[in-house]
Amino acid sequence: MPILGADMTAGTLVAWRKHPGDRVQRGDIVAEVETEKGLIEIEIFVNGIIEKLLIEPGTTVPVGTALATIREEGVAVPVAAPPAAAIPTGGPTALAPAMPVPAAEMARRRISPAARKLAAELRVDVATVRGTGAAGAITREDIERTAAAPAGTDRWARLRQTIAAAMTRSKREIPHYYVGTTIEMHAAMTWLAQQNSQRPISERLLHSVLLIKAVALALREIPELNAVWANGQAAPSQAVHVGVAISLRQGGLVAPALHDVDRQTLSELMRNLRDLVQRVRAGSLRSSELTDPTITVTNIGEQGVETVFGIIYPPQVAIVGFGKVVERPWSVGGQIVPRPVLTATLSADHRVTDGHRGARFLAAVDRLLQEPSRL
Amino acid sequence: MTQEEIRATVLRLLGDIAPEADLTQLKPDVGIRDQLDIDSMDFLNFVIALHETLHVEIPETDYPKMATLNGCVNYLAALLEAPRT
Repeated sequence: MPILGADMTAGTLVAWRKHPGDRVQRGDIVAEVETEKGLIEIEIFVNGIIEKLLIEPGTTVPVGTALATIREEGVAVPVAAPPAAAIPTGGPTALAPAMPVPAAEMARRRISPAARKLAAELRVDVATVRGTGAAGAITREDIERTAAAPAGTDRWARLRQTIAAAMTRSKREIPHYYVGTTIEMHAAMTWLAQQNSQRPISERLLHSVLLIKAVALALREIPELNAVWANGQAAPSQAVHVGVAISLRQGGLVAPALHDVDRQTLSELMRNLRDLVQRVRAGSLRSSELTDPTITVTNIGEQGVETVFGIIYPPQVAIVGFGKVVERPWSVGGQIVPRPVLTATLSADHRVTDGHRGARFLAAVDRLLQEPSRL
Repeated sequence: MTQEEIRATVLRLLGDIAPEADLTQLKPDVGIRDQLDIDSMDFLNFVIALHETLHVEIPETDYPKMATLNGCVNYLAALLEAPRT
């Protein structure tokens, strides 16, 4: 069972897409897993032949549990146990252990004896409990909360718990610092309107796409913000996989990755963002989209706010926030004129960067947005 | 196409965008986006759906005319009556 986020402790196998004897290639979808974030398609990360399926559909197992074995180069090895994040797809390799952690060991490591005893008394399956203690450990309070939850607590309540656990961990473990700036959007919005007047309706761009691309390109200049924190140090990523915070209609949000954003054209990025939003809201994501983000962008300006101060999603080390595009008096060549502006903020991990680098990053985003045709 | 048929089409497509919404409660002269909590991506998908269903071209600059249900229906009715180029 791959780890599909720093806060995930267990998942339910819903269905197998492959069967013993099937040949699989890296990137193939082999199974579907239900988590708080929806139905996730599990991708394989080796080439070989499926040898044995170890878990029955409908079974909930802790992360790290082997789901199947695959014969690779004549040797049977467990698959789907190493978190998908460990796949060296150009992203950081330190996201997860190289070998699967036995389920029993993971369970021992993440729960105190008192909490385990209480779980037994209350008949709570610890595999389904989300830990809010240090390093995600399960506490007595977690057991009590789970036991008190009504049977059939729906996905949205569990998603809320998942978000709570991740954000609590972030605020507890990551020393955040914050910087912000106001960006004039006249050039970007004018260029966008002109572009959209010439494009077919289905290929129109949203200004969010310009913001995401500007962030990705700015990371080339300040690469230390494009990283994950693992094993007590930052592991920079060569690839720029931007997690995009997408709200769910029923409440809550997820931030799956748009891959290799710095290499995509704006049209490609728009198509991929549209597809991602539709799949998020349909509850259908791929495992790599949940495990690969190397930075997150949140844009809640449409809800009317001008500034957002994000909380870093572990193990990432930065989150960029964009507010509403608003018209404000702006000085241009000594004249005060109305201009569309938006506030950009950066929340970053002070263990990895400092405010100076953070400020340079936002300045780069600003500069890139002044030349939208080059994005 | 009558105004009522256009209204039914608009409501059906909005229902696809916001399936949890009770569209019978939609106030016709109040902003659609606020009432249904739809964002710019949802609205773009709505416009694309209108384009594919009614075969109309809707410039981005006309989006403000479609802010409310009544505005949307009136705008589309005018568009459908106008000679196609």
